[in-house]
Amino acid sequence: MSSSDQKNSSPPPEDAVSRREFLLRLGITGALIAGSGLAARKLWQPKHFVPGFEEQRGMQLRSYAPEISKVLPSLAVAHGTEHEKTIRAALAALGGMERFIQNGDVVMIKPNVAFDRPPALAATTHPDALRAVAKLCFEAGAHKVIVADNPINSPTGCFLKSGLTAVVAEMNLELMYPETNSFAPLSLAGEVLKEWTFFNSPFKQATKVIGLAPCKDHNLCHASMTTKNWYGLLGGRRNQFHQHIHSIVSDFALMMKPTLVILDGMSVLMSNGPTGGRLSDVKVMNTIVAGTDMIAVDSYGYSKLLERDIAELTYLHKANDRGLGNINWKDTLHKEVTA
Amino acid sequence: MKLKFNPQDLLKLRNVRRVAQVFFFTLFLFFVFVTDLRYLKGYPVSLFLELDPLVAFATAITTHTVYMGLMWSLLLILPTLLFGRIFCNWICPYGILHHVTGWLLGKSRAEERERIEANRYKKLYALKYVILIAMIAAAIGGTLQIGWLDPICLFHRSMSTVILPLINLFMPSNIYVRQYFHVGAWVIGFILLFLVGMNLIIPRFFCRVLCPLGAFLGTLSSVALWRIDRDTTKCVDCDLCLKSCEGASDPQTQLRKSECFVCFNCIEDCPEDALSFKFMPSLKREVTAPAVTGRRAFIGTLIGLGFYAFARTSGASDRNYDKKVIRPPGSVEEKDFLDRCIKCDQCIRTCPTNVLQPALMESGLEGIWTPILNMKIGFCEVNCTLCGQVCPTGAIQRVTIEEKTGTGPFAKEGPIKLGTAFFDRGRCLPWAMETPCVVCEEVCPVSPKAIFSREVTITKRDGTPITLRQPYMDPALCIGCGICEHECPVTDEAAVRVTAVGETRSRDRRLLMDGGVTSAVTDLEKRQR
Repeated sequence: MSSSDQKNSSPPPEDAVSRREFLLRLGITGALIAGSGLAARKLWQPKHFVPGFEEQRGMQLRSYAPEISKVLPSLAVAHGTEHEKTIRAALAALGGMERFIQNGDVVMIKPNVAFDRPPALAATTHPDALRAVAKLCFEAGAHKVIVADNPINSPTGCFLKSGLTAVVAEMNLELMYPETNSFAPLSLAGEVLKEWTFFNSPFKQATKVIGLAPCKDHNLCHASMTTKNWYGLLGGRRNQFHQHIHSIVSDFALMMKPTLVILDGMSVLMSNGPTGGRLSDVKVMNTIVAGTDMIAVDSYGYSKLLERDIAELTYLHKANDRGLGNINWKDTLHKEVTA
Repeated sequence: MKLKFNPQDLLKLRNVRRVAQVFFFTLFLFFVFVTDLRYLKGYPVSLFLELDPLVAFATAITTHTVYMGLMWSLLLILPTLLFGRIFCNWICPYGILHHVTGWLLGKSRAEERERIEANRYKKLYALKYVILIAMIAAAIGGTLQIGWLDPICLFHRSMSTVILPLINLFMPSNIYVRQYFHVGAWVIGFILLFLVGMNLIIPRFFCRVLCPLGAFLGTLSSVALWRIDRDTTKCVDCDLCLKSCEGASDPQTQLRKSECFVCFNCIEDCPEDALSFKFMPSLKREVTAPAVTGRRAFIGTLIGLGFYAFARTSGASDRNYDKKVIRPPGSVEEKDFLDRCIKCDQCIRTCPTNVLQPALMESGLEGIWTPILNMKIGFCEVNCTLCGQVCPTGAIQRVTIEEKTGTGPFAKEGPIKLGTAFFDRGRCLPWAMETPCVVCEEVCPVSPKAIFSREVTITKRDGTPITLRQPYMDPALCIGCGICEHECPVTDEAAVRVTAVGETRSRDRRLLMDGGVTSAVTDLEKRQR
């Protein structure tokens, strides 16, 4: 290439384009041409899709259930007047908290704090119950205890006024609010629940899951106990659940395989549930039910604490029929104690 | 390395450009005209939008994809990187509109000195880069706003909502079988008049000052290998090259590469033959990059991000969504819609019932001029997906009739629903006024009908009994097409009205729970037995 000759023959000297500059400018333009072509090819969406009908594939939730024991009871009922003593007694009857929680475990406790209510109204998990369960977890060697719920009312208000925020601070627990980034899509082969937004952030750490629910009347599905408690793990348009409430609640028994559920029947919301609002709605029953089968626990709660006919509680029957639990709590290995 | 043209060639080149301008302008008008059910056939009526690299680039930022035909924009990027902004004065129909109107109305026919002064570069011309930066910043934030000023979007929108209805108004049935109406068309009309009229004051005002596509192509032109070059040994500084300079790119001194429209007028106008279109001339005789300061770029970024944040946190695309934001069939979920819609209003042009209307504030600041359905004016034709066929960006996906109606292989998924119709019993003739009607049930296009009626016998005010049918809605079957609302005899505010809730495009806005058998369907099965 005789570029130097050409350079010399070009009229004004400032016109000279050196070989380096020539290649550089050619290279920049060429790179931009090639770059835009490659980028467009990589980003190309050659086909349309049908909005709203895209295939969804959410996460699967693993089981947190303990090993099945043929010796130890799967259901324990304890009667007593104080939360801590009664919960201790119930757990002792099941074989101790050590059966469920081991050294180093991260325990997620799911209370029911759906409403902005003081503890006396029995619409939310009682702070004394949370304190007792958290204490037992730490005694069994738990490394950390997470408390999380996605309430109906404002989360901060619910946790604060139910008294749980104070217990969290006192016991050095971790409170997880349902924040924007706390959710992930969940896939389930439920009767109605197939794909839903799930409150996932506690489960990134948790190795054990304990459901700690109050025993309550419910206007639509008759009762809110340990199975219905998992409602608070879901996000999205939950107000659609009411269209198929019994199917949905029974699907919760498929979705969640907890380590342990505890039904707090010390004070039971007998009427005007699930919100309550008057002390006259609350009845003192001085009972804690704990167990590994939430359907059995709830069947005890419905018949013995809410004192109603189990035949009408459709969701328990649905779960029982699908093999997700045993509605005949008397047939399970159970133990009744007094604190 | 040097392309030099003799006068005859130059004359040819200028004329070649004029031929190209006439061709592309006519092609644009042809596409606008045939965007109609009767003539559409298979014409690529959104080709100019698909060629528009700013549309492809900005939607790639917001969606991380290049939708279907937007790949064609590479055809424009390539010559721009080689030759500069040839699009602006050779192809762009909106540029040609301003070129021609500027020539007809403006300084182009004034005295020579005045013309030269009108075509000198002004600092104001850097404004378009700030506009582009603001729009890209908004896109990075997550809202697509190029449609406000992108010339192809702007021109298509003006044609669809202003020019064609205007032609039809003066010459009835020349464009539409029945006159089309567009909500808020007057705003778009006055903007068009203003932009065209500004050519009286500054020639090519829109192209030089506002055009974000021009700014985008100008930025790409920085690396163009060919440009207009001035031979300083021949130049006598007469400035005659400015006489017809379209871009105001200072060919009389250091050429502003990003401003040059490559119209070639200056080459012909130069009496000394000092100007030529040259391959890789020295960088010393050009202003390579657009003249936009860092401070202005920063302000542009702030405006763009601020626009996104202020608009998004106003909530119109989220919890506070308006019941009137009923999007065309195949539309993506609302936030994705705002990521894709360029407000070109091609869907509005092609809609055979005139139901599609440019939104004003219904979908918030971000959604101005995006399409929404107005059932008072039209209704969504069940067996029609034209809006999705012409949408260049996939805001309305190119769904098929089977996908829309949930038939054939899509029977399991069910139909695309635009919303749900609700009865207003206080306005309904059989419900409130002892008068038989149920037009709504008659026109309901789905099978089995979403609207059903129950026969009742009531005692009228005068004591005589009357038997009539009172209509009900089955929300599981309603697709939100709005023909019930459109045909309701209560024409000012119909007794059955569609609102957006229940639309399938958004899982958050559905009315009935997915996967569940609703009582309404059970009810229907009972009635069929």
